[in-house]
Amino acid sequence: MFGYIMRRVLLMIPTLILISMISFVTIQLPPGDYLTSYAATLRTQGESIQEEAIAQLRDRYGLGQPVYQQYIKWVTGIITKGDWGQSMEWQRPVGELIWERLGLTLVLSLVSLFVGWFIAIPIGVYSATHQYSIPDYVMSVISFIGVGVPGFLLALIVMYFAQTRLGLNVGGLFSEKYINAPWDWNKLVDMLRHFWIPMLILSVEGTAGGIRTTRANLLDELNKPYVELARAKGLTEQRMLWKYPVRVALNPFFSTVGWSLANLVSGATLISVVLSLQTTGPMQLRALTSQDMYLAGTFLFLLSALTVIGTLISDILLAWVDPRIRLEA
Amino acid sequence: MADVDRTRPANEVPAAEEEIESGGEQVYVAPPWKLMWWRFRKHKMALISSVVLILFYFVAVFTEFVAPYDPDQNMLQFKQVPPTAMHIRDVEGQFHFAFVYQHVRTMDPQTFQITVKEDMSARYPIQFFVHGFTYKLLGLWQTDVHLFGIPSAKDQQGVFLFGTDRLGRDVFSRICYGARLSLSLGLVSVFLSLALGVVLGGISGYRGGAVDTLIQRVIEFIRTIPTIPLWMTLSAALPADWPVVRVYFGISVILSLVGWTWMARVVRGRFLSMREEDFVLAARLNGSGEMRIILRHMLPSFLSYIIANLTLSIPNMILSETALSFLGLGLRPPAISWGVLLQEAMNVRSLMLSPWVLTPGFAVVIAVLAFNFMGDGLRDAADPYAR
Repeated sequence: MFGYIMRRVLLMIPTLILISMISFVTIQLPPGDYLTSYAATLRTQGESIQEEAIAQLRDRYGLGQPVYQQYIKWVTGIITKGDWGQSMEWQRPVGELIWERLGLTLVLSLVSLFVGWFIAIPIGVYSATHQYSIPDYVMSVISFIGVGVPGFLLALIVMYFAQTRLGLNVGGLFSEKYINAPWDWNKLVDMLRHFWIPMLILSVEGTAGGIRTTRANLLDELNKPYVELARAKGLTEQRMLWKYPVRVALNPFFSTVGWSLANLVSGATLISVVLSLQTTGPMQLRALTSQDMYLAGTFLFLLSALTVIGTLISDILLAWVDPRIRLEA
Repeated sequence: MADVDRTRPANEVPAAEEEIESGGEQVYVAPPWKLMWWRFRKHKMALISSVVLILFYFVAVFTEFVAPYDPDQNMLQFKQVPPTAMHIRDVEGQFHFAFVYQHVRTMDPQTFQITVKEDMSARYPIQFFVHGFTYKLLGLWQTDVHLFGIPSAKDQQGVFLFGTDRLGRDVFSRICYGARLSLSLGLVSVFLSLALGVVLGGISGYRGGAVDTLIQRVIEFIRTIPTIPLWMTLSAALPADWPVVRVYFGISVILSLVGWTWMARVVRGRFLSMREEDFVLAARLNGSGEMRIILRHMLPSFLSYIIANLTLSIPNMILSETALSFLGLGLRPPAISWGVLLQEAMNVRSLMLSPWVLTPGFAVVIAVLAFNFMGDGLRDAADPYAR
């Protein structure tokens, strides 16, 4: 087991290097750079631009250099000093800006993942054991709709009803006075009060998919001889169910946790933009449109790195819960 | 097979079984497409969904005919009008074909909330094939006939099925126009990813070995990058001054850059399982070349399967386009797609005063669900010989 984990961790390194390259190159794709879009903004506002000042800035940020040189500079900065570059728009180091947002994104995605499973598994098990009953049909329809309704649309609908019917303002993760406050108990409580709406919205799609997966897998398992054997030996139905077939049916949850995480991060991006949460989504969108390249590149890199790590953890979990999985692969 | 579909149990017997069994002699002589149709017919939701999709694509093709108003026309006297109520019974209790009453608008000076009252004295019947703005049907015939409307002077009363937006544009007409871009973009992207997926997945599955390993690694790698942030980054790279058509193809390419991995896995799985089949061996022993085996023997036998999977991946493309355009990174106004229309809902004021700007979202949901159900039915029907 230890050897397997070590091998997988080593394999992650080239993946991360590749991701960092792709992040950097895609960020460079738009024609022009931050300074051209900055100058354009100034021009539309009717302000005069000093060409020397722009040239000076370009020199300072190293924007005139070829891409690979900029990339090497960026990566060496990260590895040697933990320096993710300078955000040009915010005039602050990227490292300072992102951690809180990245943390919130991760917490939001992970909590939604677990909440989704927590709801999906019992419902899926019930649906499978009561196949073709009315609750089964109802749950099937609901889960189909859950898969079909995009999260951001759901967020808009929730926002509308919360505001008009309940008089709630659901935007943001914090009340106004806590946004820039340092973390303390009150801020945490305040966050939890805002947290549940985006969390529920985000977990809907995963829950719907989870119900269908659990139901389908469990139905396959229930026909197998070992289930019959367990019944024949006199186990109560409930005990038999939870002890054997359910465990096997839950495998895909572990094996796809990496992709679910990637999906959740994607979904969270959209929902955060709609609900203006203090997560990575809105800031990345802003950074992309203003071509604030180090900030945008770092976001893309770190979000991808998170899902790579998530996949690794899921593989380890899978090897742990299912001894049939061979470790050589 | 590599890509086991985990959302369906293997023992859920497709319903067509009994009919095929009870069909007697007929079954043994029926060509494959007939067996497929029998099985597909049994899946009621899939059948209904197909009808819905045919309707949607009809609207997408004959947009100008179905839409009662010019989607870009700002009818300033009809700003943020709620959906027009249709009646079939008038104040005297008499029944008519659907009609609308004259609306009287009042605006609350404080909240700008518009309230509409119906003036029961003036009645406008809904008529079919009325004259409206002129257009070229299919780009060929100039005409001004529209599917429905009311025969009134334009500035008196309109029929707005889903209300109007901030600028007084008819939301229903805009949804019709949006269907054109949104529904076709899904198809275009799916075919692009099909092309990539079949070629790469085919090579991967047929050749195996080092090529297979390499392609599988690439697929795994692409799948670990969260798609929305990646798509956001890529579409931010599309220059803002590009014409609509070019952005449209740019977006489809971007969507298929990620979409092909899924297709490739499906194709590879099929190739792997089919490579060992007897008929492939027979073809090889008969001296068929590699290309002939693939194109002539293998491809036809999993074509239906591919089509079913294609149908299932269209909704993702539609959802992604909507999401990107919604964020302002995909298609941009003046282009009209469902995502672009939903941008209107991003404006909180607009959403609160006129919640009907969300209706394009429901068009998306219906299209997505319909594709899902139809794909489900097609998948059941795809292999009519399976028991």
